[in-house]
Amino acid sequence: MSDNPFSLWVYLSQSPLLWLTVTVLTYALADAVSLATHRHPLANPVLHSMWIVGAFLLLTGTSYATYFAGAQFVHFLLGPATVALAVPLYENRKAVAAAILPMLAALVAGSVTAIVSVVVLAEAAGLPRAVVLSLAPKSVTAGVAMGISETLHADPSLTAVSVILTGIMGAIIVTPLMNRTGITDFRARGFAAGIAAHGIGTARAFQVDEIAGVFSSIAMSLNALVTSLLVPLAVTLLVP
Amino acid sequence: MIASLSLILLCQLTGEVIVRGIGLPIPGPVVGLMLLLLLLLARDRFALLARGPLRDDGVENASRGLLANLSLLFVPAGVGVVQKLDLLAEHGIAIVVILAISVVVTLLATVATFLVASRLMARGREKS
Repeated sequence: MSDNPFSLWVYLSQSPLLWLTVTVLTYALADAVSLATHRHPLANPVLHSMWIVGAFLLLTGTSYATYFAGAQFVHFLLGPATVALAVPLYENRKAVAAAILPMLAALVAGSVTAIVSVVVLAEAAGLPRAVVLSLAPKSVTAGVAMGISETLHADPSLTAVSVILTGIMGAIIVTPLMNRTGITDFRARGFAAGIAAHGIGTARAFQVDEIAGVFSSIAMSLNALVTSLLVPLAVTLLVP
Repeated sequence: MIASLSLILLCQLTGEVIVRGIGLPIPGPVVGLMLLLLLLLARDRFALLARGPLRDDGVENASRGLLANLSLLFVPAGVGVVQKLDLLAEHGIAIVVILAISVVVTLLATVATFLVASRLMARGREKS
């Protein structure tokens, strides 16, 4: 043990190792709790990892930039994971091909609803213009949404936060909402989760049902395309 | 395992090159997804391709491993909320309420459209 525990902390808190470990360990614990509660919607592992790690950063006075230097190795895997979605898509290609028309109709309806509802509500609530623009792409996956936010000269980091919040709320709400409304078609349930709540909704859908997960991942990829095209249009029409 | 990961990264890299190269408004990894899907479909057609990571469920298993922990990958971006605490103190409640309403409305609109369209399709098929 070092004579000066503080110098050890100073060394570790600047190294990627500590923050990578904190991220993965916290998630492992949150996921174990989620599993122990039989994947209860409120035990969402992203939600709980997020506030625990966030509180730890605030308590230790660590900046997000320092944290991200370690956590970026996890963040980077979002790209390869998107590519990996090809595999469940391939394995369920027959179910997908059979539902191509309902998917396209639901894609257009869902994508437009996601953008218009958030822009109209945010305008009505009198939020500043920069916040309205940052919220607009909240239903697509983080990397894409941040890109859209940049092209609108909005705040990409606020967009990232609203994307994650949207994903978590969608993942929490989707199962009780669909059970309450008596919808038993897991293709439709999964597709809705992917449109409204991107990758976090997709992760949730895979927990509930394999087919729901596949449809959710297709919805999420298609929505990334459609939303990139629709948000600039919606913003010109709806935000004065 | 390494060969399978390389193939996934290669698909993503090619996707990025295509997207940047011709200025597509699509994220690179989404093009990578399509490339990997095409490779998997082509493998079933041409036995020549069924080697390395495209044999014995290589790339399939690596992908399943990545997707099994998809939620973890959103944690670093989510922790970014610590940078936005002052904004959230000011507008946080409005933002959370708006996002929640929007999510519910979007879920319902999507699921309803999907079900109506698939019912119409089934009916059309019965008639023909």
